[in-house]
Amino acid sequence: MLKIENLHATVDGKPILNGVTLEIPSGEVHAIMGPNGSGKSTLSYVLAGREGYEVTEGSVTLNGVDLLAMEPEERAVAGVFLAFQAPVELPGVGNANFLRTALNAIRRARGEAEMDAMQFLKLARARMKVLNMPEEMLKRPVNVGFSGGEKKRNEMLQLALLAPKFAVLDETDSGLDIDALKLVADTVNSLRGPEFSALVITHYQRLLNHIVPDRVHVLSAGRVVRSGGPELAKELEASGYAGLQAAA
Amino acid sequence: MPAVTETLETVQSVTDSGYKWGFETDIEMEFAPKGLNEDIVRFISKKKNEPEWLLEWRLKAFAMWQKMEEPTWAAVKYPPIDYQDAYYYAAPKQKVAPKSLDEVDPELLRTYEKLGIPLKEQAILAGVEGAGETPADSGRMPVAVDAVFDSVSVATTFKARLEKEGIIFCSISEAVQNHPDLVREYLGSVVPQGDNFFAALNSAVFTDGSFVYIPKGVRCPMELSTYFRINAKSTGQFERTLIIADAGSYVSYLEGCTAPMRDENQLHAAVVELVALDDATIKYSTVQNWYPGDAEGRGGIYNFVTKRGACRGARSKISWTQVETGSAITWKYPSCILQGDDSVGEFYSVAITNNYQQADTGTKMFHIGKNTRSTIVSKGISAGRGQNTYRGLVRIGPKAHGARNFTQCDSLLIGDQCGAHTVPYIENRCMTAKVEHEATTSRIAEDQLFYCRQRGLNEEEAVGMIVNGFAREVLKELPMEFAVEAQKLLQISLEGSVG
Repeated sequence: MLKIENLHATVDGKPILNGVTLEIPSGEVHAIMGPNGSGKSTLSYVLAGREGYEVTEGSVTLNGVDLLAMEPEERAVAGVFLAFQAPVELPGVGNANFLRTALNAIRRARGEAEMDAMQFLKLARARMKVLNMPEEMLKRPVNVGFSGGEKKRNEMLQLALLAPKFAVLDETDSGLDIDALKLVADTVNSLRGPEFSALVITHYQRLLNHIVPDRVHVLSAGRVVRSGGPELAKELEASGYAGLQAAA
Repeated sequence: MPAVTETLETVQSVTDSGYKWGFETDIEMEFAPKGLNEDIVRFISKKKNEPEWLLEWRLKAFAMWQKMEEPTWAAVKYPPIDYQDAYYYAAPKQKVAPKSLDEVDPELLRTYEKLGIPLKEQAILAGVEGAGETPADSGRMPVAVDAVFDSVSVATTFKARLEKEGIIFCSISEAVQNHPDLVREYLGSVVPQGDNFFAALNSAVFTDGSFVYIPKGVRCPMELSTYFRINAKSTGQFERTLIIADAGSYVSYLEGCTAPMRDENQLHAAVVELVALDDATIKYSTVQNWYPGDAEGRGGIYNFVTKRGACRGARSKISWTQVETGSAITWKYPSCILQGDDSVGEFYSVAITNNYQQADTGTKMFHIGKNTRSTIVSKGISAGRGQNTYRGLVRIGPKAHGARNFTQCDSLLIGDQCGAHTVPYIENRCMTAKVEHEATTSRIAEDQLFYCRQRGLNEEEAVGMIVNGFAREVLKELPMEFAVEAQKLLQISLEGSVG
């Protein structure tokens, strides 16, 4: 269970999150929607521990463990995964090498044996087939020269390989065609189970047709202003975010 | 715990043997007094039982050196060197050598641990007195080594194999005795005595180094190496290396080691000369990791090296690859003289400066013959307060029709107190030549680090991965034996540079 309580955070001294409270029980997928500038991406970075995102109040725990006291890599090996909205390029760093290093860092933390290159390739190839990724993407440098869709698929490959306890998808659906969108949804749905939970940040109902969330929350001005079932997303699609602040 | 016991025992044995081999020997016979004059040059030559011509050659170099001034054009700063306050032949080691590992910079020892170097080798690398008097028992030796060190039987096997091919691989002192005609013909033919201040000094007082001759049409069956990890004796100060690849031959030569080596001699002025005849190829790879000094910039080696190769024959090729991570100051420009038509020169370099290190390094490509080609790829990485300068010259002569050069200089900055500088000189006197130059400067971005860390890599692993990616084009030129260790080394050299 991921538990966020009264979370306040600032960026460059400017308050962005103003008391977010949210519980995502294990086994559930929640969606966060909300207008631009409402703090959705800030929330994802605060959860992952990015530098420059300062928590001024509140707490975040994953299965009772204080996430805020941890370095980003400690959160990662504890099971937190962030699918980036704009994945960065790492020139000269082979994708296979990067993925295997990441996977082994996480396996080490779990007390599992590290994977050698052969074992890893076998696993990666199988996952890539599902994601409709050509194998040569393993040889290319991480995200360098990847199209927008390829970058997102590469994020999903990492999500599938690292199999986290809790995943945040930060607008992974933006700019994707319907086929790519389905692949994203398939990846998340394949991970669903009693030990896995996820927070899906999106602007559009479209993705939620394929990843049906257990709960939908609306973030506005750094707060959760409404929560409801999947039908809330449909309502927002129809009526927009106008008037949300009043409804809270 | 056994590890602790082993440590104690080893340190003790190292200390004891150092004492045992201390001042008891006949000192006067073993080293020349401090300072540099004609008598010292004569002393060295006599000690090495050299022929008269070589003594004359050295004296000529010394006379030239006396009239020369230390170069000041490089972007490096250091206090004046007192050349009369140094030993030029077998300095008594006890003066400054640490007595045990306890006296060695703990950072250095941590690095050894990370590289997985056995304690016995650590003592030798750190210059602990007395260490290295007995062969270390390292199990691995994938290359032929010019220092009799690890296992005598392995070395003998390699030697037999090389002899069968007619290859000469020995110390330059041995070569002077056993192959004087070859040495006389080629010594100083690429780097003449008066070439520059440090080369002149080296020519006057060099004490050892390596000699390689590959006969016509022979492909050397293994990588040749001066050291494998360890340099048994302190020959490092004024090394002289000469490699001759006769027509149609091939040799790959490795110099240096990945473990940081401490040395009581602060000034190192080596000279390396390469000669490639028709259709011959020489590949020369260096990993330079001399002691860089501590985090405050105290100590460390001044590495002032002259390296040059002559592509004398048609279609000959000389390729330099260097990974420079050590030394307080690096002053080094491995160069190619492309005399033969269709000859090829290459220079691939990674230079790291961290803490207070300074590097001024690059290459010179002299295009003389027709259709000569050269490639320069330089990757400079600066961290801490390090200063990193690429200095290069591409000179195309009037007869070098169809000559081509491609130069790429990339700089990577880590932190905001370091510096990267690029000083490319291009002199083209031929209308049909093509010269291309590309340069970039970038930083390790916060978002790159965060991306790696979000995937579970710690900060040092993340920096290591990004830096290795940056240097990939150069690292892939290294022989396999070196490549893996060099990657690890890049990461270790930058520890503590972020955060």
